[in-house]
Amino acid sequence: MNRTISYIKTFALWELLLGLSVTLRNFFRKSVTLEYPEEKTPQSHRFRGLHALRRYPNGEERCIACKLCEAVCPALAITIESDVSDDGTRRTTRYDIDLFKCIYCGFCEEACPVDAIVETRIHEYHMESPGENIMTKDKLLAVGDKFDAMISADKAADAKYR
Amino acid sequence: MIEFFTEAWNSLPPLVQYLTVTTWKILIVTIGVILIVAFSTYFERKVIGSMQARIGPNRVGPFGLLQPFADVIKLLIKEVIVPSQSSKFLFVIAPLLSLTPALATWAVIPLNDWYVIADINAGLLYVLALTSVGVYGVILAGWATNSKYALLGAMRSAAQIVAYEIAMGFALVGVLMAGGSLNLGAIVEAQAGGVSHWFLLPLLPLFVVYWVSGVAETNRAPFDVAEGESEIVAGFHVEYSGVAFAVFFLAEYANMVLISTLTAIFFLGGWASPFEGWTFLNDIAGLAWLTAGGLHWLFLKMCFFMYTFFWLRATFPRYRYDQIMRLGWKVFIPVTIVWIAVEGVMAWFQIGPWAGLNA
Repeated sequence: MNRTISYIKTFALWELLLGLSVTLRNFFRKSVTLEYPEEKTPQSHRFRGLHALRRYPNGEERCIACKLCEAVCPALAITIESDVSDDGTRRTTRYDIDLFKCIYCGFCEEACPVDAIVETRIHEYHMESPGENIMTKDKLLAVGDKFDAMISADKAADAKYR
Repeated sequence: MIEFFTEAWNSLPPLVQYLTVTTWKILIVTIGVILIVAFSTYFERKVIGSMQARIGPNRVGPFGLLQPFADVIKLLIKEVIVPSQSSKFLFVIAPLLSLTPALATWAVIPLNDWYVIADINAGLLYVLALTSVGVYGVILAGWATNSKYALLGAMRSAAQIVAYEIAMGFALVGVLMAGGSLNLGAIVEAQAGGVSHWFLLPLLPLFVVYWVSGVAETNRAPFDVAEGESEIVAGFHVEYSGVAFAVFFLAEYANMVLISTLTAIFFLGGWASPFEGWTFLNDIAGLAWLTAGGLHWLFLKMCFFMYTFFWLRATFPRYRYDQIMRLGWKVFIPVTIVWIAVEGVMAWFQIGPWAGLNA
Protein backbone atom coordinates (compact mmCIF):
# COMPACT_ATOMS: atom_id res chain seq x y z
CA MET A 1 0.00 0.00 0.00
CA ASN A 2 2.77 2.37 1.01
CA ARG A 3 4.52 1.45 -2.20
CA THR A 4 1.43 2.37 -4.20
CA ILE A 5 1.12 5.72 -2.42
CA SER A 6 4.78 6.45 -3.03
CA TYR A 7 4.36 5.64 -6.74
CA ILE A 8 1.32 7.91 -6.98
CA LYS A 9 3.23 10.66 -5.21
CA THR A 10 6.20 10.25 -7.55
CA PHE A 11 4.12 10.45 -10.70
CA ALA A 12 2.10 13.35 -9.38
CA LEU A 13 5.45 15.16 -8.85
CA TRP A 14 4.33 15.77 -5.28
CA GLU A 15 7.72 16.62 -3.78
CA LEU A 16 8.60 18.86 -6.71
CA LEU A 17 5.32 20.76 -6.37
CA LEU A 18 6.01 21.22 -2.66
CA GLY A 19 9.37 22.74 -3.52
CA LEU A 20 7.82 24.97 -6.14
CA SER A 21 5.21 26.17 -3.66
CA VAL A 22 7.97 27.26 -1.27
CA THR A 23 9.64 29.42 -3.90
CA LEU A 24 6.27 30.77 -5.04
CA ARG A 25 5.43 31.84 -1.48
CA ASN A 26 8.76 33.60 -1.25
CA PHE A 27 8.15 35.25 -4.61
CA PHE A 28 5.27 37.22 -3.08
CA ARG A 29 7.19 38.08 0.08
CA LYS A 30 8.59 41.55 0.45
CA SER A 31 12.28 41.68 -0.44
CA VAL A 32 14.65 42.52 2.37
CA THR A 33 17.25 44.30 0.26
CA LEU A 34 18.59 47.55 1.69
CA GLU A 35 19.49 49.89 -1.15
CA TYR A 36 22.74 50.98 0.45
CA PRO A 37 23.76 54.41 -0.73
CA GLU A 38 20.18 55.66 -0.37
CA GLU A 39 19.18 53.61 2.65
CA LYS A 40 21.35 52.76 5.64
CA THR A 41 21.06 50.33 8.50
CA PRO A 42 20.52 51.75 11.98
CA GLN A 43 23.82 52.16 13.84
CA SER A 44 24.64 51.78 17.51
CA HIS A 45 26.40 54.65 19.26
CA ARG A 46 28.96 52.01 20.21
CA PHE A 47 29.84 51.38 16.58
CA ARG A 48 33.61 51.08 16.19
CA GLY A 49 34.83 52.70 12.99
CA LEU A 50 37.54 55.16 12.07
CA HIS A 51 39.72 56.40 14.94
CA ALA A 52 39.99 59.97 16.22
CA LEU A 53 42.04 61.84 18.82
CA ARG A 54 40.02 64.25 20.95
CA ARG A 55 40.82 67.60 22.54
CA TYR A 56 39.60 69.33 25.71
CA PRO A 57 37.11 72.16 25.14
CA ASN A 58 39.96 74.67 25.51
CA GLY A 59 41.75 73.10 22.53
CA GLU A 60 44.39 71.23 24.50
CA GLU A 61 45.16 67.67 23.35
CA ARG A 62 43.81 65.03 25.68
CA CYS A 63 46.54 62.49 24.92
CA ILE A 64 49.26 62.34 27.59
CA ALA A 65 51.38 59.69 25.83
CA CYS A 66 50.85 57.06 28.52
CA LYS A 67 51.12 54.41 25.78
CA LEU A 68 48.44 52.20 27.36
CA CYS A 69 46.71 51.94 24.02
CA GLU A 70 49.95 50.93 22.34
CA ALA A 71 50.42 48.24 24.98
CA VAL A 72 46.89 46.87 24.83
CA CYS A 73 46.59 46.86 21.06
CA PRO A 74 46.35 43.17 20.08
CA ALA A 75 47.26 43.89 16.45
CA LEU A 76 50.26 46.13 17.25
CA ALA A 77 48.67 48.78 15.04
CA ILE A 78 49.58 51.76 17.23
CA THR A 79 53.03 53.39 17.31
CA ILE A 80 53.70 56.21 19.78
CA GLU A 81 56.76 58.38 20.39
CA SER A 82 56.72 61.01 23.12
CA ASP A 83 58.69 64.00 24.35
CA VAL A 84 58.40 66.91 26.78
CA SER A 85 56.53 69.72 25.10
CA ASP A 86 57.26 73.45 25.30
CA ASP A 87 54.91 73.95 28.27
CA GLY A 88 56.65 71.16 30.19
CA THR A 89 53.91 68.54 29.76
CA ARG A 90 54.33 65.04 28.37
CA ARG A 91 53.02 64.90 24.82
CA THR A 92 53.19 62.58 21.82
CA THR A 93 55.42 63.56 18.94
CA ARG A 94 54.15 60.70 16.87
CA TYR A 95 50.86 58.83 17.10
CA ASP A 96 50.32 56.43 14.15
CA ILE A 97 47.55 53.90 13.69
CA ASP A 98 47.94 51.46 10.82
CA LEU A 99 44.40 50.91 9.58
CA PHE A 100 45.45 47.73 7.77
CA LYS A 101 46.63 46.20 11.03
CA CYS A 102 43.79 47.53 13.17
CA ILE A 103 41.04 45.02 13.93
CA TYR A 104 38.64 47.65 15.36
CA CYS A 105 38.38 45.89 18.72
CA GLY A 106 38.08 49.13 20.66
CA PHE A 107 40.63 48.13 23.33
CA CYS A 108 42.58 51.40 22.82
CA GLU A 109 39.43 53.34 23.60
CA GLU A 110 38.84 51.22 26.74
CA ALA A 111 42.45 51.57 27.88
CA CYS A 112 42.70 55.34 27.50
CA PRO A 113 42.58 57.08 30.91
CA VAL A 114 41.76 60.50 29.43
CA ASP A 115 39.32 59.45 26.63
CA ALA A 116 41.73 60.75 24.00
CA ILE A 117 41.67 57.97 21.42
CA VAL A 118 38.14 56.99 20.36
CA GLU A 119 36.59 55.04 17.56
CA THR A 120 33.95 57.01 15.72
CA ARG A 121 30.95 55.77 13.80
CA ILE A 122 32.57 56.64 10.47
CA HIS A 123 32.84 53.46 8.44
CA GLU A 124 32.70 54.81 4.89
CA TYR A 125 36.31 55.74 4.21
CA HIS A 126 38.85 54.56 1.71
CA MET A 127 42.51 54.91 0.71
CA GLU A 128 43.65 55.80 -2.76
CA SER A 129 47.42 55.38 -2.58
CA PRO A 130 49.93 53.38 -0.52
CA GLY A 131 50.73 54.97 2.84
CA GLU A 132 47.28 56.46 3.34
CA ASN A 133 46.47 53.53 5.59
CA ILE A 134 48.66 55.14 8.31
CA MET A 135 46.55 57.53 10.37
CA THR A 136 49.06 60.09 11.65
CA LYS A 137 48.52 62.28 14.69
CA ASP A 138 47.45 65.23 12.53
CA LYS A 139 44.90 63.18 10.64
CA LEU A 140 43.52 61.69 13.85
CA LEU A 141 43.21 65.11 15.47
CA ALA A 142 41.53 66.45 12.35
CA VAL A 143 38.93 63.67 12.47
CA GLY A 144 38.41 64.42 16.15
CA ASP A 145 37.91 68.14 15.48
CA LYS A 146 35.59 67.58 12.59
CA PHE A 147 33.29 65.07 14.29
CA ASP A 148 33.58 66.41 17.84
CA ALA A 149 29.83 66.88 18.22
CA MET A 150 29.07 63.34 17.14
CA ILE A 151 31.78 61.83 19.34
CA SER A 152 30.64 63.78 22.40
CA ALA A 153 27.02 62.77 21.84
CA ASP A 154 27.98 59.09 21.49
CA LYS A 155 30.10 59.20 24.66
CA ALA A 156 27.26 60.89 26.57
CA ALA A 157 24.80 58.25 25.34
CA ASP A 158 27.09 55.47 26.53
CA ALA A 159 28.10 57.08 29.84
CA LYS A 160 25.21 55.68 31.88
CA TYR A 161 26.24 52.07 31.06
CA ARG A 162 29.80 52.53 32.31
CA MET B 1 -0.31 58.95 -53.50
CA ILE B 2 -1.72 55.75 -52.05
CA GLU B 3 -2.90 54.69 -55.50
CA PHE B 4 0.59 55.24 -56.81
CA PHE B 5 2.08 52.91 -54.23
CA THR B 6 -0.64 50.32 -54.76
CA GLU B 7 0.00 50.42 -58.47
CA ALA B 8 3.76 50.24 -58.03
CA TRP B 9 3.26 47.27 -55.73
CA ASN B 10 0.92 45.53 -58.15
CA SER B 11 3.30 46.09 -61.03
CA LEU B 12 5.99 44.06 -59.23
CA PRO B 13 6.41 40.40 -60.24
CA PRO B 14 4.70 37.99 -57.81
CA LEU B 15 8.02 36.51 -56.76
CA VAL B 16 9.35 39.92 -55.69
CA GLN B 17 6.12 40.64 -53.86
CA TYR B 18 6.35 37.33 -52.06
CA LEU B 19 10.00 37.86 -51.15
CA THR B 20 9.34 41.36 -49.82
CA VAL B 21 6.38 40.29 -47.69
CA THR B 22 8.22 37.26 -46.32
CA THR B 23 11.34 39.28 -45.53
CA TRP B 24 9.26 41.74 -43.55
CA LYS B 25 7.48 38.91 -41.75
CA ILE B 26 10.83 37.33 -40.87
CA LEU B 27 12.22 40.67 -39.68
CA ILE B 28 9.22 41.33 -37.45
CA VAL B 29 9.36 37.87 -35.88
CA THR B 30 13.14 37.92 -35.41
CA ILE B 31 13.20 41.36 -33.83
CA GLY B 32 10.27 40.39 -31.63
CA VAL B 33 12.03 37.25 -30.47
CA ILE B 34 15.28 39.08 -29.80
CA LEU B 35 13.46 41.75 -27.78
CA ILE B 36 11.66 39.05 -25.78
CA VAL B 37 15.02 37.37 -25.21
CA ALA B 38 16.57 40.64 -24.03
CA PHE B 39 13.82 41.29 -21.53
CA SER B 40 13.59 37.70 -20.39
CA THR B 41 17.16 37.99 -19.11
CA TYR B 42 15.97 40.99 -17.10
CA PHE B 43 12.84 39.25 -15.85
CA GLU B 44 14.78 36.12 -14.99
CA ARG B 45 16.97 38.12 -12.65
CA LYS B 46 13.97 39.95 -11.20
CA VAL B 47 11.96 36.76 -10.65
CA ILE B 48 14.81 34.81 -9.11
CA GLY B 49 15.66 37.87 -7.04
CA SER B 50 12.11 38.04 -5.70
CA MET B 51 12.17 34.36 -4.85
CA GLN B 52 15.35 34.94 -2.85
CA ALA B 53 13.88 38.02 -1.13
CA ARG B 54 16.14 40.31 -3.17
CA ILE B 55 15.27 43.11 -5.60
CA GLY B 56 17.25 42.24 -8.71
CA PRO B 57 18.59 44.74 -11.25
CA ASN B 58 17.21 48.22 -10.54
CA ARG B 59 20.01 50.63 -11.41
CA VAL B 60 19.94 51.05 -15.21
CA GLY B 61 16.91 53.01 -16.29
CA PRO B 62 13.52 52.95 -14.55
CA PHE B 63 13.21 49.72 -12.50
CA GLY B 64 16.42 48.55 -14.20
CA LEU B 65 14.54 48.01 -17.46
CA LEU B 66 17.55 49.05 -19.54
CA GLN B 67 19.76 46.44 -17.89
CA PRO B 68 19.66 44.01 -20.88
CA PHE B 69 20.91 46.77 -23.19
CA ALA B 70 23.71 47.64 -20.79
CA ASP B 71 24.68 43.96 -20.73
CA VAL B 72 24.61 43.70 -24.50
CA ILE B 73 26.74 46.81 -24.96
CA LYS B 74 29.21 45.52 -22.40
CA LEU B 75 29.51 42.19 -24.19
CA LEU B 76 29.78 43.83 -27.61
CA ILE B 77 32.77 45.97 -26.67
CA LYS B 78 34.62 43.15 -24.96
CA GLU B 79 37.43 41.33 -26.71
CA VAL B 80 36.68 37.98 -28.36
CA ILE B 81 39.47 35.67 -27.32
CA VAL B 82 40.15 32.73 -29.63
CA PRO B 83 42.31 30.12 -27.87
CA SER B 84 45.50 29.47 -29.83
CA GLN B 85 45.05 25.68 -29.73
CA SER B 86 41.44 25.83 -30.89
CA SER B 87 39.99 25.06 -34.27
CA LYS B 88 39.44 28.67 -35.30
CA PHE B 89 36.75 28.28 -37.95
CA LEU B 90 34.57 25.92 -35.89
CA PHE B 91 35.17 28.00 -32.78
CA VAL B 92 33.72 31.07 -34.45
CA ILE B 93 30.90 29.32 -36.28
CA ALA B 94 29.66 27.25 -33.32
CA PRO B 95 27.68 30.05 -31.60
CA LEU B 96 25.94 30.80 -34.89
CA LEU B 97 25.09 27.13 -35.32
CA SER B 98 23.34 27.13 -31.99
CA LEU B 99 21.49 30.40 -32.60
CA THR B 100 20.28 29.80 -36.16
CA PRO B 101 18.04 26.76 -35.47
CA ALA B 102 16.49 28.52 -32.49
CA LEU B 103 15.45 31.42 -34.74
CA ALA B 104 14.72 29.37 -37.86
CA THR B 105 12.12 27.28 -36.06
CA TRP B 106 9.93 30.36 -35.78
CA ALA B 107 9.21 30.01 -39.48
CA VAL B 108 6.47 27.45 -38.90
CA ILE B 109 5.03 28.81 -35.67
CA PRO B 110 1.56 30.34 -36.07
CA LEU B 111 1.40 33.57 -34.05
CA ASN B 112 -2.32 33.94 -34.73
CA ASP B 113 -4.78 32.57 -37.26
CA TRP B 114 -3.05 34.19 -40.23
CA TYR B 115 0.47 35.25 -39.22
CA VAL B 116 2.84 32.40 -39.98
CA ILE B 117 5.95 32.82 -42.12
CA ALA B 118 5.82 29.39 -43.77
CA ASP B 119 2.54 27.51 -43.47
CA ILE B 120 4.01 24.11 -44.29
CA ASN B 121 2.26 20.80 -43.71
CA ALA B 122 5.25 19.09 -42.09
CA GLY B 123 5.64 21.83 -39.47
CA LEU B 124 5.98 19.42 -36.56
CA LEU B 125 8.74 17.45 -38.29
CA TYR B 126 10.51 20.71 -39.11
CA VAL B 127 10.34 21.74 -35.46
CA LEU B 128 11.71 18.38 -34.30
CA ALA B 129 14.50 18.50 -36.85
CA LEU B 130 15.61 22.03 -36.05
CA THR B 131 15.49 21.68 -32.28
CA SER B 132 17.79 18.65 -32.67
CA VAL B 133 20.19 20.58 -34.89
CA GLY B 134 20.75 23.07 -32.06
CA VAL B 135 22.95 20.57 -30.25
CA TYR B 136 25.54 20.79 -33.02
CA GLY B 137 26.45 24.28 -31.89
CA VAL B 138 27.10 23.03 -28.37
CA ILE B 139 29.09 19.98 -29.49
CA LEU B 140 31.17 21.93 -32.00
CA ALA B 141 31.85 24.65 -29.44
CA GLY B 142 33.05 22.09 -26.92
CA TRP B 143 35.15 20.28 -29.52
CA ALA B 144 36.65 23.32 -31.21
CA THR B 145 37.65 24.92 -27.91
CA ASN B 146 40.17 22.10 -27.34
CA SER B 147 39.68 22.21 -23.59
CA LYS B 148 38.81 19.30 -21.34
CA TYR B 149 36.07 21.14 -19.51
CA ALA B 150 34.45 22.27 -22.72
CA LEU B 151 34.64 18.78 -24.20
CA LEU B 152 33.07 17.28 -21.06
CA GLY B 153 30.27 19.81 -21.22
CA ALA B 154 29.68 19.10 -24.88
CA MET B 155 29.59 15.33 -24.37
CA ARG B 156 27.15 15.65 -21.48
CA SER B 157 24.95 17.97 -23.46
CA ALA B 158 24.99 15.67 -26.49
CA ALA B 159 24.03 12.57 -24.49
CA GLN B 160 21.34 14.48 -22.64
CA ILE B 161 19.78 15.95 -25.75
CA VAL B 162 19.80 12.60 -27.56
CA ALA B 163 18.03 11.01 -24.58
CA TYR B 164 15.39 13.68 -24.21
CA GLU B 165 14.84 14.14 -27.92
CA ILE B 166 13.25 10.68 -28.01
CA ALA B 167 10.85 11.38 -25.15
CA MET B 168 10.04 14.72 -26.77
CA GLY B 169 9.35 13.05 -30.11
CA PHE B 170 7.05 10.48 -28.48
CA ALA B 171 5.19 13.22 -26.63
CA LEU B 172 4.67 14.97 -29.96
CA VAL B 173 3.37 11.72 -31.47
CA GLY B 174 0.58 11.97 -28.91
CA VAL B 175 -0.10 15.57 -29.98
CA LEU B 176 -0.02 14.48 -33.59
CA MET B 177 -2.57 11.73 -32.92
CA ALA B 178 -4.84 14.16 -31.11
CA GLY B 179 -4.47 17.01 -33.56
CA GLY B 180 -4.60 14.88 -36.67
CA SER B 181 -2.10 17.05 -38.50
CA LEU B 182 1.59 17.92 -38.65
CA ASN B 183 0.73 21.54 -39.40
CA LEU B 184 1.05 23.64 -36.25
CA GLY B 185 -1.82 25.90 -37.31
CA ALA B 186 -4.07 22.88 -37.72
CA ILE B 187 -2.98 21.57 -34.30
CA VAL B 188 -4.02 24.87 -32.72
CA GLU B 189 -7.33 24.84 -34.57
CA ALA B 190 -7.99 21.32 -33.32
CA GLN B 191 -7.82 22.75 -29.78
CA ALA B 192 -10.22 25.63 -30.44
CA GLY B 193 -13.22 25.93 -28.17
CA GLY B 194 -11.93 26.83 -24.70
CA VAL B 195 -9.91 25.14 -21.98
CA SER B 196 -11.85 21.87 -22.14
CA HIS B 197 -10.75 21.35 -25.73
CA TRP B 198 -7.08 21.87 -25.08
CA PHE B 199 -4.81 18.85 -25.21
CA LEU B 200 -3.61 19.71 -21.71
CA LEU B 201 -5.96 17.36 -19.84
CA PRO B 202 -6.25 14.36 -22.17
CA LEU B 203 -2.50 14.45 -22.74
CA LEU B 204 -1.41 15.56 -19.26
CA PRO B 205 1.48 13.06 -18.87
CA LEU B 206 2.71 13.93 -22.35
CA PHE B 207 2.51 17.62 -21.46
CA VAL B 208 4.66 17.10 -18.36
CA VAL B 209 7.13 14.96 -20.29
CA TYR B 210 7.31 17.45 -23.14
CA TRP B 211 7.80 20.40 -20.84
CA VAL B 212 10.48 18.74 -18.71
CA SER B 213 12.25 17.44 -21.83
CA GLY B 214 12.06 20.97 -23.19
CA VAL B 215 13.79 22.29 -20.08
CA ALA B 216 16.42 19.56 -20.48
CA GLU B 217 16.80 20.31 -24.18
CA THR B 218 17.55 23.98 -23.54
CA ASN B 219 20.20 22.99 -20.97
CA ARG B 220 18.47 25.01 -18.29
CA ALA B 221 18.47 24.37 -14.56
CA PRO B 222 17.90 21.78 -13.14
CA PHE B 223 19.27 20.04 -16.24
CA ASP B 224 22.20 22.39 -16.88
CA VAL B 225 24.94 19.78 -16.62
CA ALA B 226 26.34 21.05 -19.93
CA GLU B 227 27.32 24.24 -18.13
CA GLY B 228 27.66 22.89 -14.60
CA GLU B 229 29.39 25.93 -13.11
CA SER B 230 30.32 24.08 -9.94
CA GLU B 231 31.83 21.07 -11.72
CA ILE B 232 33.15 22.05 -15.13
CA VAL B 233 33.34 25.86 -14.83
CA ALA B 234 31.02 26.80 -17.70
CA GLY B 235 31.12 23.67 -19.84
CA PHE B 236 31.06 24.16 -23.57
CA HIS B 237 31.33 27.96 -23.51
CA VAL B 238 34.16 28.17 -21.01
CA GLU B 239 36.54 29.86 -23.48
CA TYR B 240 33.99 32.12 -25.13
CA SER B 241 33.96 35.83 -24.43
CA GLY B 242 32.46 39.01 -25.81
CA VAL B 243 30.14 38.76 -28.79
CA ALA B 244 30.63 35.01 -29.23
CA PHE B 245 29.47 34.43 -25.68
CA ALA B 246 26.59 36.83 -26.19
CA VAL B 247 25.43 34.76 -29.16
CA PHE B 248 25.43 31.59 -27.04
CA PHE B 249 23.47 33.45 -24.42
CA LEU B 250 21.02 34.67 -27.03
CA ALA B 251 20.66 31.13 -28.39
CA GLU B 252 19.92 29.71 -24.96
CA TYR B 253 17.20 32.23 -24.27
CA ALA B 254 15.82 32.06 -27.81
CA ASN B 255 15.51 28.30 -27.27
CA MET B 256 13.67 28.92 -24.01
CA VAL B 257 11.21 31.25 -25.71
CA LEU B 258 10.80 28.73 -28.49
CA ILE B 259 10.12 25.79 -26.17
CA SER B 260 7.67 27.91 -24.18
CA THR B 261 5.79 28.87 -27.33
CA LEU B 262 5.80 25.31 -28.66
CA THR B 263 4.45 23.96 -25.37
CA ALA B 264 1.71 26.58 -25.50
CA ILE B 265 0.88 25.61 -29.08
CA PHE B 266 0.90 21.85 -28.55
CA PHE B 267 -0.91 21.62 -25.23
CA LEU B 268 -2.45 24.99 -24.33
CA GLY B 269 -4.14 25.84 -27.59
CA GLY B 270 -1.58 28.33 -28.90
CA TRP B 271 -3.28 31.57 -29.86
CA ALA B 272 -6.74 30.21 -29.01
CA SER B 273 -8.54 31.85 -26.12
CA PRO B 274 -9.29 29.77 -23.00
CA PHE B 275 -12.67 31.54 -22.67
CA GLU B 276 -13.85 30.73 -26.17
CA GLY B 277 -17.60 30.22 -26.09
CA TRP B 278 -18.15 32.31 -22.94
CA THR B 279 -20.38 34.61 -24.95
CA PHE B 280 -21.46 36.68 -21.95
CA LEU B 281 -17.95 38.13 -21.80
CA ASN B 282 -18.53 39.72 -25.21
CA ASP B 283 -21.38 41.80 -23.76
CA ILE B 284 -19.12 43.39 -21.13
CA ALA B 285 -17.38 46.40 -22.61
CA GLY B 286 -13.60 46.08 -22.85
CA LEU B 287 -13.51 42.34 -22.26
CA ALA B 288 -14.06 41.16 -25.82
CA TRP B 289 -10.34 40.42 -26.18
CA LEU B 290 -10.70 37.70 -23.57
CA THR B 291 -12.81 35.52 -25.85
CA ALA B 292 -11.03 36.43 -29.08
CA GLY B 293 -8.04 34.31 -29.97
CA GLY B 294 -4.87 36.09 -31.05
CA LEU B 295 -1.25 36.91 -30.45
CA HIS B 296 -1.98 38.21 -26.95
CA TRP B 297 -3.04 34.75 -25.74
CA LEU B 298 0.01 33.09 -27.26
CA PHE B 299 2.17 35.75 -25.62
CA LEU B 300 0.53 35.29 -22.22
CA LYS B 301 0.95 31.52 -22.39
CA MET B 302 4.57 31.93 -23.46
CA CYS B 303 5.17 34.32 -20.55
CA PHE B 304 3.72 31.76 -18.16
CA PHE B 305 6.13 29.10 -19.36
CA MET B 306 9.06 31.51 -19.31
CA TYR B 307 8.15 32.26 -15.70
CA THR B 308 8.10 28.54 -15.02
CA PHE B 309 11.61 28.28 -16.48
CA PHE B 310 12.83 30.87 -13.95
CA TRP B 311 10.74 29.31 -11.20
CA LEU B 312 12.31 25.90 -11.79
CA ARG B 313 15.75 27.43 -11.80
CA ALA B 314 15.14 29.17 -8.49
CA THR B 315 13.75 26.00 -6.91
CA PHE B 316 15.67 22.90 -7.90
CA PRO B 317 19.32 21.96 -7.50
CA ARG B 318 21.12 20.48 -10.50
CA TYR B 319 20.42 16.87 -11.38
CA ARG B 320 23.29 14.45 -11.15
CA TYR B 321 24.31 13.23 -14.60
CA ASP B 322 23.26 9.59 -14.12
CA GLN B 323 19.94 10.74 -12.68
CA ILE B 324 19.29 12.74 -15.82
CA MET B 325 19.98 9.69 -17.95
CA ARG B 326 17.78 7.50 -15.77
CA LEU B 327 14.92 9.99 -15.88
CA GLY B 328 15.15 10.32 -19.64
CA TRP B 329 15.51 6.68 -20.64
CA LYS B 330 13.78 4.76 -17.85
CA VAL B 331 10.93 7.09 -16.92
CA PHE B 332 10.01 9.48 -19.69
CA ILE B 333 10.21 7.15 -22.67
CA PRO B 334 8.10 4.37 -21.03
CA VAL B 335 5.58 6.95 -19.77
CA THR B 336 5.13 8.46 -23.22
CA ILE B 337 4.79 5.06 -24.92
CA VAL B 338 2.21 3.94 -22.37
CA TRP B 339 0.24 7.14 -22.74
CA ILE B 340 0.25 6.96 -26.51
CA ALA B 341 -1.24 3.48 -26.19
CA VAL B 342 -3.81 4.69 -23.64
CA GLU B 343 -4.70 7.62 -25.86
CA GLY B 344 -5.14 5.39 -28.90
CA VAL B 345 -7.35 2.88 -27.12
CA MET B 346 -9.46 5.55 -25.41
CA ALA B 347 -9.96 7.49 -28.59
CA TRP B 348 -10.86 4.30 -30.47
CA PHE B 349 -13.60 3.49 -27.94
CA GLN B 350 -14.62 7.17 -27.65
CA ILE B 351 -14.14 7.33 -23.85
CA GLY B 352 -14.01 10.36 -21.59
CA PRO B 353 -12.04 13.44 -22.57
CA TRP B 354 -10.44 11.46 -25.37
CA ALA B 355 -13.72 11.03 -27.19
CA GLY B 356 -13.30 14.15 -29.26
CA LEU B 357 -9.79 13.32 -30.45
CA ASN B 358 -9.24 12.31 -34.04
CA ALA B 359 -8.31 8.68 -33.73
